[in-house]
Amino acid sequence: MPASPELQREMLRQMQTIRRFEERASDDYQNGAIYGVVHCYIGEEAVAVGVCSALNIDDQIISNHRGHGHCIAKGADLNRMMAELYGREDGYCKGKGGSMHIADFSIGMLGANGIVGGGLSIVTGAGLAAQLEGKDRVAVCFFGDGASNAGSFHESLNIAARWKLPMLYVCEHNSWAASTSSKMTHAADDVAGRAAGYGMPGVVVDGNDVLAVYEAATEAVARARAGEGPTLIECKTYRWRAHTERPGAADPRPAEEIAAWMARDPIKHLVDDLKQQQGQYSDAEFQALDDQVLAAVNASVAFAEASPFPAPEAALDDVFAD
Amino acid sequence: MSMREISYARAGMEALVEELQRDPTTIHLATDAPPSLVEEFGAARIRATPITENAFSGIAIGAAGSGLRPIVNWSMVTFCFVAMDQIVNQASKIHYMFGGQQTFPIVFRSSVGGGTSLAAQHSQSPYSMFMNLAGLKLILPSTPYDMKGLLKSAIRDNNPVLSFESTRLMGFKGEVPEDDYTVPLGVADVKRTGSDITVIALAWLVHEALAAAEEMAKEGVSVEVVDPRTLFPLDNETMRASVQKTGRLVIADEAGPTAGASAEIAALIAEDPATFRALKAPPKRVCALQVPIPYSPTMENHVFPDRTRIIAGIREVMEAG
Ligand SMILES: Cc1ncc(C[n+]2csc(CCOP(=O)(O)OP(=O)(O)O)c2C)c(N)n1
Ligand SMILES: [Mg+2]
Repeated sequence: MPASPELQREMLRQMQTIRRFEERASDDYQNGAIYGVVHCYIGEEAVAVGVCSALNIDDQIISNHRGHGHCIAKGADLNRMMAELYGREDGYCKGKGGSMHIADFSIGMLGANGIVGGGLSIVTGAGLAAQLEGKDRVAVCFFGDGASNAGSFHESLNIAARWKLPMLYVCEHNSWAASTSSKMTHAADDVAGRAAGYGMPGVVVDGNDVLAVYEAATEAVARARAGEGPTLIECKTYRWRAHTERPGAADPRPAEEIAAWMARDPIKHLVDDLKQQQGQYSDAEFQALDDQVLAAVNASVAFAEASPFPAPEAALDDVFAD
Repeated sequence: MSMREISYARAGMEALVEELQRDPTTIHLATDAPPSLVEEFGAARIRATPITENAFSGIAIGAAGSGLRPIVNWSMVTFCFVAMDQIVNQASKIHYMFGGQQTFPIVFRSSVGGGTSLAAQHSQSPYSMFMNLAGLKLILPSTPYDMKGLLKSAIRDNNPVLSFESTRLMGFKGEVPEDDYTVPLGVADVKRTGSDITVIALAWLVHEALAAAEEMAKEGVSVEVVDPRTLFPLDNETMRASVQKTGRLVIADEAGPTAGASAEIAALIAEDPATFRALKAPPKRVCALQVPIPYSPTMENHVFPDRTRIIAGIREVMEAG
């Protein structure tokens, strides 16, 4: 089922939101308002948005260290996200998590995760819960090409296939794991090919084409809801920025490679699609959208700045649940 | 309450069956699906997993965060080490790291201890490694009564709880009520009252300490045996009150002493001013020797503490003051 014009515009809004949110997060990280580490998703927006557009609010996703895009695409509140990055009391995790650990269980966002490969099995448990509760829910794992070589990938995909869990495993293949090229680490570069070994479908998608991602995800979600089990979707994409926003961090990727992928901007791709398909989509309209998005991002910063820092003693809260 | 005698292993199984009956959101994950459980609760809830301790420990976390109450059995504690990422990096921190927004009720069961000539990999008592992490509760039952009551509390608790169960005690029989009961986490049990010396003993060593106390009574030494039962939360008050009463302390543990539960207990006793002032002699630890556990019985028996060594420890402390 192709995405409706309204849905396509919503996808564009989300992708632009991810980009503007992260541009701001990067700036505020450089100027010291955001601590620790920030991994940007810019350039890969079509993956999170394409997949999450095929999901319902009660479907669940899990993310990795590069999680802002997944959060926004699943419908997370920008204010609480920014407040978390700012380390404030009104952040999603009350300032205990930061960029690498944003979660919102109320919208099925089971958390970013600082351990590469750590989320694969956890979200498989969400798939098991969906199956046992008979709720028609699906669970989705976002993970990188780097994570695809961790043991938890094999363990989890085999179990999900054997138990026919309602799941999507979405590999964001950006060809790099920190400063190491996948050419050095992958015996076969296509991760999707491994699906055959688990008896599940594996598909390779242009991860910079949000509509292609959406279509692949829609099909996989339908399979999952029909009780036919998991699908491995490999999205070929690229991150525009260095592995982290840390100033001066080495980025060994060839400049031509970066430039070639930046020429394939997923946002521009959708804008061009909209212009072609619907004729009436204009640059002015995109400008208006961008103004709205920037206003929302600015509002999230204002919200974060207005939120107090947690009391030092709050460090002792929430070690255990009641 | 009417009682009957059942084994430690049976008590664990009863806790499981009753809690699976009581709460339909409980599920069981292990590389072996106990046939009796499959028969009663079905293969959907009682899952035989592939040999993937990392994956099924993580699956338990995700299922718990999605509304289920998983009970995981790693079988021997040995096998949980391939799941350390999920235990250390995920389960122990996930509630805290996400600002308390979700609960993760999970029980991870495993057997601990030696005495079975299974050599180094299959004879381990690593509970203190997990005491060192904030965010996990730890139980270590020594009797069938405690096993059933603690395990039920663990299953009903809204946090990840690790249940360490003594291999040596699996066949040990004791009285267990017919009716439903629980043993709260964090409450030690005085297994024998005495006035001259306290032995704080863990799991199998509780029984060795009781035997030692019986022996010492013949010599006119009155030994109090305290079983913490849970290593987190650890019942400081009961342990300190006992030592304040007797003024002397032996700590007995099947694990090695270095950074062990015994070390933590000794520190908790010594750093409390009132308890420190009540001490008549330095505390004494009776633990396994700090080596991997050897296979051949002559060496294995040499490495583990037992009633004889506890008696020697008691004598040493009594003579010291
Ligand atoms: C188990 C583990 N090893 C190493 C790291 C350090 N690390 C963080 S992100 C990363 C690269 C991950 O690459 P990939 O999975 O492809 O995701 P990407 O960053 O490309 O989105 C590494 C090595 C880690 N967080 N966890
Ligand atoms: Mg990568």
